[in-house]
Amino acid sequence: MTETAAPQRAKASFDARALIVSREAALKRFELGDRAFHTLTKSSAIAVLVLLGGVIISLIHGSAPALREFGFGFLTSQSWNPVTEKFGAGPAIYGTLLTSFIALLIAAPVGFGIAVFLTEICPFQLRRPIGVAVELLAGIPSIIYGIWGMFILAPVLQATLQPWLIAGFADVPLLNDLFAGPPYGIGIFTASIILAIMILPLIASISRDVFATVPTVLKEAAFGVGCTRWEVVRRIVMPYTGAGLIGGVMLALGRALGETMAVTFVIGNAHKIHPSILGPGTTISATIANEFTEADGVLYTSSLIALGLVLFIITFVVLAASRLMLARIKRQEGR
Amino acid sequence: MSLAATRKARSALAMGACIGSAALGLLALALILGALLWNGFTSLNLAVFTQNTPPPGATGGLLNAIVGSLIMTVLGVALGAPLGLFAGTYMAEYGRHAKLTMVVRFINDILLSAPSIVIGLFVYEITVVRIGHFSAIAGALSLALLVVPVVVRTTEDMLNLVPGGLREASIALGLPRALIIRHIAYKAARSGLITGLLLAVARVSGETAPLLFTALNNQFFSANLNAPMASLPVVIFQFALSPYKDWQNLAWAGALLITTAVLALSVTARILGAQKTMK
Amino acid sequence: MNESIPHDRVQETAHPLAPEGLAAPELPALPEKMSVRDLDFFYGDSRALKKVCVPLFDRKVTAFIGPSGCGKSTLLRVLNRMYDLYPGQHAEGQVLLDGENVLDPKLDLNALRARVGMVFQKPTPFPMTIYENIAFGVRLYEKIGKADMDERVEKALRGAAIWDEVKDKLNASGLSLSGGQQQRLCIARTVAIQPEVILFDEPCSALDPISTAKVEELIDELRQEYTIAIVTHNMQQAVRVSQYTAFMYLGEMVEFGETSQMFQAPKESRTQDYITGRFG
Repeated sequence: MTETAAPQRAKASFDARALIVSREAALKRFELGDRAFHTLTKSSAIAVLVLLGGVIISLIHGSAPALREFGFGFLTSQSWNPVTEKFGAGPAIYGTLLTSFIALLIAAPVGFGIAVFLTEICPFQLRRPIGVAVELLAGIPSIIYGIWGMFILAPVLQATLQPWLIAGFADVPLLNDLFAGPPYGIGIFTASIILAIMILPLIASISRDVFATVPTVLKEAAFGVGCTRWEVVRRIVMPYTGAGLIGGVMLALGRALGETMAVTFVIGNAHKIHPSILGPGTTISATIANEFTEADGVLYTSSLIALGLVLFIITFVVLAASRLMLARIKRQEGR
Repeated sequence: MSLAATRKARSALAMGACIGSAALGLLALALILGALLWNGFTSLNLAVFTQNTPPPGATGGLLNAIVGSLIMTVLGVALGAPLGLFAGTYMAEYGRHAKLTMVVRFINDILLSAPSIVIGLFVYEITVVRIGHFSAIAGALSLALLVVPVVVRTTEDMLNLVPGGLREASIALGLPRALIIRHIAYKAARSGLITGLLLAVARVSGETAPLLFTALNNQFFSANLNAPMASLPVVIFQFALSPYKDWQNLAWAGALLITTAVLALSVTARILGAQKTMK
Repeated sequence: MNESIPHDRVQETAHPLAPEGLAAPELPALPEKMSVRDLDFFYGDSRALKKVCVPLFDRKVTAFIGPSGCGKSTLLRVLNRMYDLYPGQHAEGQVLLDGENVLDPKLDLNALRARVGMVFQKPTPFPMTIYENIAFGVRLYEKIGKADMDERVEKALRGAAIWDEVKDKLNASGLSLSGGQQQRLCIARTVAIQPEVILFDEPCSALDPISTAKVEELIDELRQEYTIAIVTHNMQQAVRVSQYTAFMYLGEMVEFGETSQMFQAPKESRTQDYITGRFG
């Protein structure tokens, strides 16, 4: 065979050389396109960074007049008076933090409960449908929650839960301040409940995903030594997924802090720090949504943008912490 | 009670609480959907689709708001999706191991859940202030900025799911990287990329806050991109807060339309995504 | 069997393959299509290949055997610079392709990979039709008409011994084929852009015995036109398809020689141990 292959081989190598030349020409043509595409995609990635930078810079720029006028007092001042042009973020920051905090207080345990139900208790045939329903509900626009809160929930709360709370705690010190009347229906408390319902699907679906990262063998081992279902959840699943759970809750907190439409309808829009959580209040986003288009005067607009800057900084910190924690559980899973 | 019995009881109690919270959650969501369906359908009629938003006290429809929402959503996605697609492509392909990718991923995840009202303020600062008036294009731009992080995230995730073997095999043929990405990786990840796009549309079609002070609102029918434009969410916002019964009914009808659209998009996205995993 | 090699064809020169401590191999004077010289390879700080020297003779099949982690796949991935995809991996030494150093950082990698094709462990058909799987690569380098392209596709598919099975469904997805057919499609795809060297990285490990036999038969035919390197876990396969065999162990090239000699009378005790199944 070696003898017959010789002439054939010579021809083949000649062909190969011609091919290499045409190939190089083709590759040169592609090189330009490749480099252009590389540059295009890389610039797009950088543009995402620029976007964030742009948001921060424009917010700082827009809020400069207000910050110059009021200084750090802006963060704590309780006055919000468009007539005298005295603005302070105190009530808005207070309302934002308080509504989100109460919402988490309600939504986190219930969300965990749903996640435990979905991963441990629920019959297999129902797991997927319920899980999918929960995820779909996380995508419903927040304005829907808002109008439901205003038209349906607020009147119901005004007629039932709120008078009951006010009467029930009237003689308990501290709590009687917290639940002082009259029952408006709308207010901090109602906004918190709406927020809680809105972030519930988010907490539930993230917790469920996080619970699913627990290796089955680990759970089986625990069941094997005679742990009850609750002990497995409490001693194995929760510690194993701790960082992920906290990350998920903080992600939900980030959503709640920045949420506008669900809150604006039911918060009451009062620039006052009320000791009672049943009273009306405001949040940063609700203030901006309600007043921005009507604001006249540089200082008024600038104060609203300064509120936006404060909100952005708060959510940035919360979201960054949440992402770091969720990244940790991802690494743990990868191991 | 013996220790074992106590433990068992405690477990049963806790599990009961879990079932209770699941029931509570589902109940709350059922109440919301029920109210939406009831109020939405009783307010829905043909005029909703054929007439423009009415002045106070009169009857009318949501035509201008529906069209406005469609225009701005399409425009927003058209502006934002390519940027997100390319950025995600860089992160999963050229820059897979680059430091830049890690930074962009982190920042993008934050933008993904950043308050949309702040994005609205940003667009207000860079467009409305400069141009001097509210406009549909500003509204579309703010929606585009909300589309970008969603598309970046799904693009990167979906391209990362393309088997490394496929990528290596293409490279082993001597194919230029740009062609591999465009003709093989995009094709292999196609349904995932479409899923991401649908999710982005679903996300922005219900957005209200950033439109409030970019596109504002317009009581009349307008297709002028350089003028204020009505959108469903903003109309819902204004009409729901109004004292007029007719307006409130229109708000419910609009809410039903938006929710239906968003759920339809999410379900479609989910079905496409499920096909992907089955392959 | 090694006695059957005529003595005049054995070269006892200072071949780069004969570093200190290795049994001086008896190598026939065949043209070397590729030659690996003093190759070191690093994954980060860990050294995966140690001063490896080995030739790939023109139009011969060279099999690389050795226990898992011995560096045989790593070596293959150096030959077409596949490792360039991943950060933290680098090679030192020389890999010559027709006398040109493949490790040259200025080298056009796409051109190199078009000349040195590769077939992977798992079949990797592109997400397109069978026809397009072949035509896609060809079209990049050559502007040819529909009729010519049809001919090229047919020739490639025939060359990979899969034409008869797919000729009626060229427009079906490449993913619809069976594992063995997919693998031959991938070989056809590689052949279609006319490489000079083809690297096979355990091409049959995901295939059933019948498909394996077909692919082996194909490799034997391909050697008429191409220089072939194949990494395999299966020593019987090495015997069946290769003319030369290289045994690697812990990143070192332990022994290289004619396949028949290697399996009947290995010079190194470690080779002996491996092929008789005493380890690995």
